[in-house]
Amino acid sequence: MIPANNHQKIKSSFIQDLLNKLHIDIPLFLVLLVCSLISFVILYSASGQNSATLLKQLVRIGFAFILMIGLAHVNPERFKLYSVFLYSAGILALIAVLLVGDIGKGAQRWLNLGLFRFQPSEMIKITTPMMVAWYLADSHSSLNWKQLAIASGLILLPTLLIARQPDLGTSILVAGSGAAVLFFAGLSWRFMALIGGLLGGFAPIFWFYLIKPYQKTRVLTLFNPEADPHGKGYHIIQSKIAIGSGGFSGKGWTESSQAQLHYLPESSTDFIFAVFAEEFGLLGCLVLLFLYILIIGRGLYIAVQAKNTYSRLLASSLTFTFFVYVFVNIGMVIGILPVVGVPLPLISYGGTSMVTLLGSFGILMSIHTHKKFLTQ
Amino acid sequence: MSKRYTIRDAITENRIFLNRIVFLFAFVLLLIAGLIVRLIYLQIEGYEHYTSLSTENRVKISSIPPIRGGIYDRKGRVLAENLPTYNLEILPDKITNKGKDKEKLDDTLTRLQVLLNIPNEKIAEFHKQRKRHKPFIPTPFLSNLTEEEMAKFAVMRPFFPGVEIKVRLTRYYPYDLLTAHVVGYVGRINKKELKSLPEQEYRGTHYIGKVGIEQSYETQLHGKAGYTEEETNAQGRSVNTLKEVESKSGANLHLTLDIDLQKIAYDALEGFNGAVVAIEVKTGNVLAFASRPSFNPNLFVNGISYKAYEALRDSPDRPLFNRALRGQYPPGSTVKPFMGLAGLKYKVITARKSTPCRGFYQVPKDKHRFRDWKHWGHGATNLNKAITQSCDVYFYDLAFQLGINRMYDFMTQFGFNQKTGLDLKGEKKGLFPSREWKKKHKKKMWYPGDSVITGIGQGFSLATPIQLAKATATLANYGQPITPHLVDSLVESNITKPLALETEKKIPLDKNNIEIVIAAMVNVVHGRGGTAGRISKGISYKIAGKTGTAQVFTVKQHETYNQHKLNKKLHDHALFVSFAPASDPQIAVSVIVEHGGHGGSVAAPIAGKVIRSFLNDSNGMDTINDSR
Repeated sequence: MIPANNHQKIKSSFIQDLLNKLHIDIPLFLVLLVCSLISFVILYSASGQNSATLLKQLVRIGFAFILMIGLAHVNPERFKLYSVFLYSAGILALIAVLLVGDIGKGAQRWLNLGLFRFQPSEMIKITTPMMVAWYLADSHSSLNWKQLAIASGLILLPTLLIARQPDLGTSILVAGSGAAVLFFAGLSWRFMALIGGLLGGFAPIFWFYLIKPYQKTRVLTLFNPEADPHGKGYHIIQSKIAIGSGGFSGKGWTESSQAQLHYLPESSTDFIFAVFAEEFGLLGCLVLLFLYILIIGRGLYIAVQAKNTYSRLLASSLTFTFFVYVFVNIGMVIGILPVVGVPLPLISYGGTSMVTLLGSFGILMSIHTHKKFLTQ
Repeated sequence: MSKRYTIRDAITENRIFLNRIVFLFAFVLLLIAGLIVRLIYLQIEGYEHYTSLSTENRVKISSIPPIRGGIYDRKGRVLAENLPTYNLEILPDKITNKGKDKEKLDDTLTRLQVLLNIPNEKIAEFHKQRKRHKPFIPTPFLSNLTEEEMAKFAVMRPFFPGVEIKVRLTRYYPYDLLTAHVVGYVGRINKKELKSLPEQEYRGTHYIGKVGIEQSYETQLHGKAGYTEEETNAQGRSVNTLKEVESKSGANLHLTLDIDLQKIAYDALEGFNGAVVAIEVKTGNVLAFASRPSFNPNLFVNGISYKAYEALRDSPDRPLFNRALRGQYPPGSTVKPFMGLAGLKYKVITARKSTPCRGFYQVPKDKHRFRDWKHWGHGATNLNKAITQSCDVYFYDLAFQLGINRMYDFMTQFGFNQKTGLDLKGEKKGLFPSREWKKKHKKKMWYPGDSVITGIGQGFSLATPIQLAKATATLANYGQPITPHLVDSLVESNITKPLALETEKKIPLDKNNIEIVIAAMVNVVHGRGGTAGRISKGISYKIAGKTGTAQVFTVKQHETYNQHKLNKKLHDHALFVSFAPASDPQIAVSVIVEHGGHGGSVAAPIAGKVIRSFLNDSNGMDTINDSR
């Protein structure tokens, strides 16, 4: 009995070894794989059975997975080392976008690098928490005013640059990811209350002077989409119709009339959740939300297990950003948040967000798998 | 920084971090629970609401208008039908390859213009129309193509993709003037009508019955609309058909009207304004229902021009006025047979008893003289003579003795002062006065003199031609009233449904009394001194009739009426009621000729023509050919 048991132990530790060498976190990897599969299934339907779309997405996901595994092999110490450089590069790219960027859908977001177009704001979503984590990693006592001010500056700089493009959704995500680092670094509740109060006081100024009229109408539309059913409220109305008509068990795969007949705009990208909800119903939504909770739970678990401050701050912040993605997108599609251009993570059609997300999961895996070598 | 502090800090930091993670995870779960609550609200609570919105979104229901039923006369001749008209329609989408090359459309239009000689305005009109239609919906270009235009286009068709000849059905009345006041016409549905119509049924329909049978039998003629449920995309383009329910054509109406007799009646009125109504005595079938002048109902079908309408509306002869149905005239002496019957019934008179006639009548203790039409009087006059020669004095006295209450009770049984129940909308009820009526409307009490003039159908009395025809038929029927009707049967999907005849309560009358009155009416036509003697020539059967001359203008006391001095507008209306054969009544005819003068000379011959034609025809002696 004992040898057999031993044999098993040896075998399992062999697999463990192999996985450790590959630097893949199996639970996270499996859930991500399932999500990618769901993405294919729903994209096939939302794109109107367009195989070209599927092929493109396949290439993107493939690339993103390779990137993820590649990043997983990088020692987290390296990330810490490169944080400042990557952050600075991102800020420069953002400035470049404002000066010479391509215009897509009324906003300047793209940088044409000849071979491919590159959206620096996506990279910033990772580099900002990296930078803030780097800055706060070595402070062992609770945060002081100076640290807070510098960290806030590090967050606000990319946030405002992205908001200038204008890309409200991404700037919120960037600000959120940076703020998350502050939160996990132990920013005292009193500070947070103070900042919350300041933001609350600042909100009217923000509303009346800083945001663009189209952004204002998006927010207003949220509260009364029926006021302009063919214009600004159209997205929300059609999306709610799609979700509501899905019912408990959905209309079935490829049976989304709202998407197939083009009532639902952006059905493959930002509003893909509506198609999913229409075809798979409440049941499907619960399954998807459960998968998201698994990912978030695993991310937070990895953060707790992380051995140094930088790693845990980065891991927890990246996980939190993922959640903000999920919440902002679904909240917008089901009509409780304003329409901002945030895709549904891991599901929406589109390369950039997929690459960024899987990139950040690569970092999480790196944090999780490298620490074991260190302890051994 | 000592090691101790670092460790303690690390422990604190760890604790804080763990707290934060737990807090965040709880926060995440809370927000996700919020999302789930919202999803339940949308997908469970709102399921039905959003499903119906989703269906509304994608399913477009288009109506298939039913084909309107035809209208035929008693011998199956078409009085109203749907004729195909050919229209040229253009489908811009097919020509321009979904809006890509616009020049192709211009090229097509230019070539069509050359081919069919189309004026520039039509092209401009088309461009205007095109903006209102979606490019995948055919846009009308030319309507009512002539045979020549159709032939020209047919040859060149292969060179005009996207241009098509479409057939539309348009209502047509082949007998135009003859049937305008019976069949009526359809016209475009107006806004007011649209409000009261069942929207589902009329969604694809352009026409609705405006007057006549077309209006009165609208529901039956219209039929039931069908519909298609088509799945449409966000642009409104049909993707596929989900359901198709065929429309059900309207019922074909077979009228009791005989278009030959109608023509004879209408032609007989030539030169006059007036009306002729002929009904079958036993059944109430309306055989002829003519009102002159008339108009061409076809003008109204696709919208009459305002100028043409104005001309019809403002013509002093009032061609749009349906005199047979709505014309209310003093019945004059045509009431005398009924008055006589009333006198006999209430035993105020007997057939033998004579009344002296000296040319005028005075109510006891009153100086006012009610004149007879015969200045010097008729002398000793019994009932027969009084009806034959239309002695007024006899009936003045009779009416005075009867009193208005008995007169009212008796006359209303024959249908005076009420609608006949003819199946045409808009009928007038005429007027037979009563004490109550005068008190209510004239705010005056009833005087014996009112009874006196009511006795000869003057004063307040008014009757329509259809009313007089019904009363006459009731008399000919020995007191059995019949409800006149124009529609004999409905034919719906090859099943004939005869319309139920309404039975009315028989008037309790003594047969002998009726025969006395009928004998006097026969004398009107066939007797010596009869007021309608001229129509008796050359017939083998007897006609019973009564002339009437209704005063339009009251001759003052001590003045004489001189027709030649008076403006025609003030000439008396000529009336005649009759039925034949007297021994076995088949047809009852009433005639009113406005300002025609004497009933005997003007109105009676018109009735004579109708009666002769009908009786000859039904005896198979002289069949009148289809006069179309």
